[in-house]
Amino acid sequence: MEHFALWLSAFLTLGILSFLYKDNPWYKLSEAIFVGISAGFWFVTLFWDNLVGKFWDGWQDEPMLFVGAALGFLMLLRLVPKIGWISRWPLAFIVGATSGLWLMNYLASNIMVQVQATIQPLFSISYASGFDAGWGAIISSLVIVVGTFTGLVYFFFSKEHKGAFGGAARVGIFFIMITFGASFGYTVMSRMSLLIGRMDFLLGDWLGMIG
Amino acid sequence: MSLPLAATSPRLSVHLFLSIIVIALATCSSAFGQSDSLLDTTVVDDTVSITAAPVTTLLVEDGRYDNGDSLRLFWVPSIDDQLIDSKVTGYRVYRAVNGGDAEPIVDLLPGVGNYTDKNVELDSSYVYYVATLTESGEYPSIHTESKSPQREWINFRRGYLFIIMIIISAAIIFYVETAKRGKKLFVRKIAGLEAIDEAVGRATEMGRPVLFIPGIHDMDDVQTLAALTILGRVSRTIADYDSKIFMPVARSLVMTAARETIKASYQAAGRPDAYSDDMVNYVTDEQFGYVAAVDGLMVREKPATVFLLGAFFAESLILAETGNSVGAIQIAGTARPAQLPFFIAACDFTLIGEELFAASAYLSGEPRMLGSLKGQDVGKAIAMITILLGVVAVTMSEAWDVGIMTDLHAWLVKVFSSS
Repeated sequence: MEHFALWLSAFLTLGILSFLYKDNPWYKLSEAIFVGISAGFWFVTLFWDNLVGKFWDGWQDEPMLFVGAALGFLMLLRLVPKIGWISRWPLAFIVGATSGLWLMNYLASNIMVQVQATIQPLFSISYASGFDAGWGAIISSLVIVVGTFTGLVYFFFSKEHKGAFGGAARVGIFFIMITFGASFGYTVMSRMSLLIGRMDFLLGDWLGMIG
Repeated sequence: MSLPLAATSPRLSVHLFLSIIVIALATCSSAFGQSDSLLDTTVVDDTVSITAAPVTTLLVEDGRYDNGDSLRLFWVPSIDDQLIDSKVTGYRVYRAVNGGDAEPIVDLLPGVGNYTDKNVELDSSYVYYVATLTESGEYPSIHTESKSPQREWINFRRGYLFIIMIIISAAIIFYVETAKRGKKLFVRKIAGLEAIDEAVGRATEMGRPVLFIPGIHDMDDVQTLAALTILGRVSRTIADYDSKIFMPVARSLVMTAARETIKASYQAAGRPDAYSDDMVNYVTDEQFGYVAAVDGLMVREKPATVFLLGAFFAESLILAETGNSVGAIQIAGTARPAQLPFFIAACDFTLIGEELFAASAYLSGEPRMLGSLKGQDVGKAIAMITILLGVVAVTMSEAWDVGIMTDLHAWLVKVFSSS
């Protein structure tokens, strides 16, 4: 059984990788198995975790769960064409509640914390030791302040990007692109680990070519 | 009956001789200050107990501005808790729940004078005492009063956050009302959005469909909401041009919302008969299962235009590269910083971060949404001014010790740390 599972895993892995050549029946088979099994898996997981695990086992202690269950039931009314419009209510609830909840979170994390972290001295002078900052520290502080400020200018939609304002926005997009470049390299390296994992499976676990 | 002296005397002599040698060695070691573990062990008197005074002034109070899920303990440490030669090895907090037996809940280091119990429930009452620990035992304090945690409905620690939110909300309402009165609000051009009509027109001319991917998150992600708002405009254009759209999704709620959105667009375009539920279909919640299915769809259907708008993760580059390989014009947008580089590399137009959220207002041209966009710009202006003021204040404060700047910096830190 263990050997069968190993060979099946290798067969499906190679099936998915065959897409690099072109779309083919092997890929279609692997794709259909992957999609079908994962959809079934998620159905079972959500059923046991949410309906049974949370609602059925917990409604005695937490009557508010009936509100969620009722909203879920209203979603199912889509199956009845005449009253299908009622299913918009739970959707409206989700959209409204999400907007309200995230408003405070985004305000706190994207404005308050960001501003607080950006407010730092460009340099300092102490009477005891004189000029108390290296050029590295000064440049680092300038990069943070100028990058954040001009980045905000770029995302300012009420004014045309012309003149000095446009210049600042251009500096901002330079900062953003440099950040993306660094992020690109970093993320590509982490994706490599996924490929290495699959290669390790194929060459090690399956073919036994590497120890 | 006594043993014969002749038989016992040689063994006694040997014992006596060895005892003298051991005593002599011990005496010599002590005399020259050379001790070893064996000798040390012999001199410890384990009957001596190390006593310590218990902690005093033990108080319990409800955790402030919480959901009724914490109680805070304060005490004055034992007078025997000293930095040097301390008798105290730590403190042990005991708790009795609803009049039951007290049980230890945590051990703390010497010098500690407070503890927050975050493992409490609203409907229960708690009594605490703190035991001072020494090497030879525990010395308990008096018990606290019985206390139940309380839930506070308003968190006053976030007062400044609330004020800033009110300012931004007031600005949004002001601009919405201004727009409603007919005043035209200016919003700068966003390149990716200008291309939408062109991209849908291209699909129509080529006789190939439009593929819309709203990310892999559910309706509780604002990026998905923004994507569905843009979908409204895209599907309206598609309905006008009599083109085709297909939209595989990874969440069932997104499927429902997307169907509603497209249906409304087709109705608004006066073509409700052209709408079909088959335009949107659920694939799977599994991230890479979804990617496998969408990649397969792309190479089989060969869409002329691909929209990748919403929350994306590791699948972003796989999807964008496949779309690129089939020659589709691609318009992408996400607020995930780690995925934006991939979209910029592989797509024709990319909505960066907030451009995705601005897109919905920009495309609709509705006063309500444009006003919202302008109001958000007020928030950004506040942030920019604060950053400039703050940096100048803290630099002058640190460099030249300017009093007023020190106060201004302290105030700004206080305001913006209230989140």
